[in-house]
Order: sequence, then structure tokens, then C-alpha cells
Amino acid sequence: MLIAIVFIISVGAFYLIHLLPGDPAVVILGTGDSPVNRARLYKELGLNKPILEQYFVWIKNVLHGNLGTSFISETSVWGTIKTALPIDVEIIVLSQIVAFATAIPTAMVSARRPDGPLDRILGAGSFTLLSIPSFVIIVLLVLFVAIKLGVPHTGVSSYVSLGQDWVANLESLALPSFTLAIGSFVVYYRVLRSDLIATLQEEYITMARSKGLSQRRIMWRHAFRPSSVALLGTAGVNIGGLLAGGFIVQYLLSIPGLGYTLIQSIGLSDYLVVQGIVLVVSVGVILINFAFDLLINIVDPRISRE
Amino acid sequence: MYVAEVVEEHHDRPERKKRLGILFWICVGWIALNVVGAIFANVLPIQNPLFQNYATVNAGPSLHHFLGTDDLGRDIFARIVYGSRVSIEVSLGAMLIGFGLGAPLGMLAAYRRGKFDTILTAVMYIFLAFPAIIATIAVLSFWTPRSLLKIIIVVGIASIPLVYRVIRSATMNFATRDFVIAAKVQGATDRRIMVKELLPNIAPVGVSFLLIGIATVVTLEGALAFLGLSVNPPTPSWGNMINESLSILQQNPWLAIFPSLAMCLFLLCLNFIGDRLRAHFEVSEAKL
Repeated sequence: MLIAIVFIISVGAFYLIHLLPGDPAVVILGTGDSPVNRARLYKELGLNKPILEQYFVWIKNVLHGNLGTSFISETSVWGTIKTALPIDVEIIVLSQIVAFATAIPTAMVSARRPDGPLDRILGAGSFTLLSIPSFVIIVLLVLFVAIKLGVPHTGVSSYVSLGQDWVANLESLALPSFTLAIGSFVVYYRVLRSDLIATLQEEYITMARSKGLSQRRIMWRHAFRPSSVALLGTAGVNIGGLLAGGFIVQYLLSIPGLGYTLIQSIGLSDYLVVQGIVLVVSVGVILINFAFDLLINIVDPRISRE
Repeated sequence: MYVAEVVEEHHDRPERKKRLGILFWICVGWIALNVVGAIFANVLPIQNPLFQNYATVNAGPSLHHFLGTDDLGRDIFARIVYGSRVSIEVSLGAMLIGFGLGAPLGMLAAYRRGKFDTILTAVMYIFLAFPAIIATIAVLSFWTPRSLLKIIIVVGIASIPLVYRVIRSATMNFATRDFVIAAKVQGATDRRIMVKELLPNIAPVGVSFLLIGIATVVTLEGALAFLGLSVNPPTPSWGNMINESLSILQQNPWLAIFPSLAMCLFLLCLNFIGDRLRAHFEVSEAKL
């Protein structure tokens, strides 16, 4: 199934160019259109050959890690992706650490007394946050943190790479990570809260209570694991979504991750880079989902036995 | 996901079900106000959203421009009202395509089952695996020149598999119920069963998902505007306005705050209406 989906995505990424009206050569070359490049393109992609053969030439190159060489920047597409991808990974990891570290305890507090005052406040708060798009959050954060408070390295185009200075690097990624963390927190909180409430009504929890175990021990040792299946499923979809959709936040702050590179390349009509990123991100999303499915089976072995 | 469904049933209190509450109607009112404003923007006594008055550039809120002006001296309030047109047109247009194709296919697949269902569902799930936002951006960026209609078409097509999945699973719950079989025994045609028997039952799920869909598309239009893939300036849209405000955030924060507020309030109301309707019709969140 996994291989079938990856195969179909590769066909989709490949055919993207042919779905659109106009001469593919013109689109691929973009602003790099010159007789020399045109001859090279025809030779490399075999554009005058039948389309099926073109696909096989292309997929063979891709499987060898060769996504082509940009006709505009004259650098290899894979090299471009390799420098940008770690930034996305760093932002996603940071945001997920924050999101899980806040969502799990908050959901537990809420689930302890469903419909109590604290639960209602948290519910209303999370509901409001749910309605604020990430790009609005980042604009407001930049306005208040970077401009009004003047925290260094948090403004637009102030990215510092990890190799240069790790403190400044963390500062420059703080706002995008925090923004993505808010979106994830809301989703995780709501999912885990409703599952915890259901789990806490099980008989073995009553049993644990009557044994006199502490509330904290019951929550963490007895209720948390069986309640985390839906959470993990949601997290898989959400993290995949961040890889594919977190680019807005990067783009606004000019942080040179995959999303930023993608938009830049679209602006330059650098087709091969766009195609490469679409392929890498799509496959990445599917692998993340797959990894979380495996994780769910480890957390709750009953699922794979069914 | 089955666990989540149990919960919803447990804490849906009877008192909450009977009344939708005052907040619900305030939200409905706000959405209606937005829609009326968008439709009658030309007739209403508001300023021209494209008129540039260099005498009042980057002005804060005042009596004359009560939400202030932008860097070209254009009235922010007028631009927000006109900007809601884009959001509303794109979201309704895209949902028309998504539901127009996705819902009948989903119902048909769940009602007929068999090979038709198997193949269609497999195809839809493969489309779902492809990250929709990336596909949307990729298509829109190379399909030039851009227009509102093209955005509607691309976003609408991207939403078909989602609508299909929701409507199909909602229909499955009813397709084998006694009242459907009774209708069949009485000799009702398939079309009649789907329209008269199944449609009213899946309508609550459909409406809830429609509201979520509209909210998602409004957000997506904002995201596309940031990438310069939405309607071309100077046409105002909420996304365009927030995007334009970025370069002059320091001089004129109002330009960022007011369109953001307009968008967030619109989304909040949509989400709230959806949430209340779900509680009212006992549609669990897990089904969406």
C-alpha cells in the first residue's frame, strides 16, 4: 500500500507539468530560457520522446538521488533540499516538544473534572485559539515580541543557522516554533481530553481509585497510555500537515526552510526545485503517518491483533 | 476514534440540546452581517476601497476613517468589507464544487456498495494521501494568469475527496436501516430513496462539515494570499491586506490588526455555529 501511494505520488509530481497548458520546456526553463539550456533540457528529460519513456527516465534519476539541476540557480535540486530540510525538522521538533509538554498536563487537568470551571475556561480558550490562523498568530507575535519588546533575532529575516550560534538560532526559531506549537496544542488537548474522560469511566480506574492510588499515579500510569491512541493518530496527521503547511510561518520570517525555498522557486518559476520539494514533502508526509501507525501498534497492541 | 464517540454521548447534556443559546444567534447574526456586507458593498455608504488619498496615509482610527487608512491612504474599513467578498466567494464556490461532486458520489458509493464503491474509495484515499495544500500551491503557481475562478476550481477539486469520505461514512450508517429497506420494498426508485430517505438523515453531518469546510477555505485563501497566489492587488482580500501590512508593521500596526480581527471573528463564529449544531444534532466530532 505504502509503495503504491508513493508510486502514484511520483506520477502526480511528474505529470504536474503536463497537466498545465503550454510547452513544458518553457515552464521548466522559466527565466532560465536560453538555447543552450533548452538543448540540455531536451537531452536530460528526453522531452521529444513518448511520455511513458520520459517518466521512466525521470524516476530512474530520482531513485538514484538525482532530482536534476536547476536551470536558474545552476545548483543540484537535491543539494538545495538537503540544506533546507533540517530547518523544517528543527522547527517541527521544537514545536512538538512545546505542544506535547503543555497539552498533556492541561488535558489531564481538564479531564479530572469534566465541565468544571477550569475545564470550561480551557475549553473556551482552546476553541478560540482554534479559530486563529497561524499566519495571524505569527504577524501578531512579530508585532509584539520583535517590534514592541525588541527581542533580538525574532524579527523578519533574522535567521541564524545552528552552526553559527545556537542561542541566536533558538531565538530566531522561537516565534515560528511557538506559532506551530499553539496550533498543535489545541488539537492535542481536545483529542486527549475527550479520550481521558472516556478512559476514566472504565472499571479498572475505579479499581485503582479504591486501592487508594494517588490521582497523579492513576492519570499517568493507568489512564494515559490507553487514552493516547487517538492522540498519536492525530499527531501523525498534524506533523505531516506541519511539514506540508508550516511554510507560511517560515515564509513570513524569511527562514530558509523547505517552505520558503518552495515559494521562492515558485516566484522564479524554478520548476525542477518545485517538483523536487513536492515529491520530498509528499513522501515525507506519508512516511510520518506510517511511522505513527507503527507507534500506535506499540502503544496499543490490541489494534494490530484485530 | 470509537472512544471519542462514547464520550460525546456521555456529556451531551439534555439542557444543552434543547436550546442553541444566545451566543449561537449572535454568531449567526455576525456571519449574516458579513454576507450582507459582501453582497451589498457597492450600495452601502462606504468609501471606495481603491481610492488613494495621499493626504491621510497610515492614519489610525478616526471619525472619518473609523478603522484608519493604509500606506496608500485607502480606507481600511472599506477594504475589509470588500475583502470579505473574496473569502466568501472562494469558500462558497469551492464548497459548491466539493459538495456538488463529492456528496452525490459518497452517497451513491455507500448506497450501492460493491465494485463501484471499492474502486472509488480507493481512488479517493490515494488523493487524500497527497498533501492537498502542496498540490494546490503547485497547480496555482504554474497555472497563470491567476483568477478567482481558477482558485475556486483548484480548491474545490482538492476538497472533493474529503467531502466524499465524510458523506460516505455518514450514509453508511443509514443505508441498511429498516426504513430504507421498507422504502425499497415499496418499490421506491434509488433516486427517491437517496433524496427523500437518506439525504435528510445525513444533512446534519453535511452542514457541520460544510461549516468546517468554509472556515478551512477562508484560512487557505489567506495562506494563498501570503504567497501571492490569491487575487491580484489592488483587489482587497483579508489575506492580501494582512500580507501588505507586513512590510509596514512598525509604522501602521492597525493595518495588520483589523483584517486579522475580521478574519478571526468570522472563523470563530463559523466554528462556534458548527460546534453548537453538532451538539444539537448529536453529531460526534469523530465522524468529521
